[in-house]
Amino acid sequence: MSDLLDTLPYARFLGLQSRLTGEDLVVVMPFAEQLVGNPMLPALHGGSTAALLEMTAVAQVALSYPRLRLPRPINVTVAYLRSGRPVDVHARARINKAGRRVAYVLAEAWQGDESQPIASLTAHFLLDEDDNLQMVDETR
Amino acid sequence: MTDPFITDLLPQLAGGAAHTHALGFAFDGLEGDRVRIRVPYRADLVGDPQTGVLAGGLVTTLLDHTGGLAVWVKMGGFKPVATLDLRVDYMRAAEAGRDLIAEARCFQLTHSIAFVRAWAFEDSPDNPVAASQAAYVIETTGGRPVGANLRTRGTGA
Repeated sequence: MSDLLDTLPYARFLGLQSRLTGEDLVVVMPFAEQLVGNPMLPALHGGSTAALLEMTAVAQVALSYPRLRLPRPINVTVAYLRSGRPVDVHARARINKAGRRVAYVLAEAWQGDESQPIASLTAHFLLDEDDNLQMVDETR
Repeated sequence: MTDPFITDLLPQLAGGAAHTHALGFAFDGLEGDRVRIRVPYRADLVGDPQTGVLAGGLVTTLLDHTGGLAVWVKMGGFKPVATLDLRVDYMRAAEAGRDLIAEARCFQLTHSIAFVRAWAFEDSPDNPVAASQAAYVIETTGGRPVGANLRTRGTGA
């Protein structure tokens, strides 16, 4: 399941790689020239960091709460804390609350030092309902 | 439309950086203070291969970037800006196979912060895929030297 990201086209476009430790994912976005948004600094495009955070959250929710369909974002808030330098970015997500339909997730992205995040995300995701699993059973 | 800021610089700022170029972002017009960027549908930008819908992260990037463009439109020129925070609400899935357009408007500009709202849609902002509210920091010294904002501490003995 940790290789879910390999099956998602946009995660492949960003070059995301995931590492699973127990139940926790760490996703890496290796530096690539095409992630740069500001060539003068240079700095990563904030959107690429936001997409990394969102993909990390999706993958962690899909791992912890497996459903027939992927979790779909309801809303996403990103705070940009530091400029993204032209090196690898790491991200980790924590599910703060998961109900029957909605999961609330926090995620952080860092470069080098995890205690100095470059961006943080909070998001709600819509979970495919458990009912769907039962419906599959009923149609048998 | 002979203003070089609009004819030359805005298209460059919309899709000229490495990341926005790789995503295929293209300037799609300016009307008053509302500016648009279009991203052509591509299979490698899809988030969920089961549905063929463009990735949420791409929509976030599009709204973030179009918002930045709206700040430059409001200022009437280029100055370095950085996104401070961005909230995106997803109303519905984008239609598979169709280009996505974002329209942004900077509705308030202070000395150091710009406030922006933006929408992403296929046809009209009346039927949005997503809507965003963002704040951008404007990198400016306001002509003051570095340290001019610091209060002098005591007077020494």
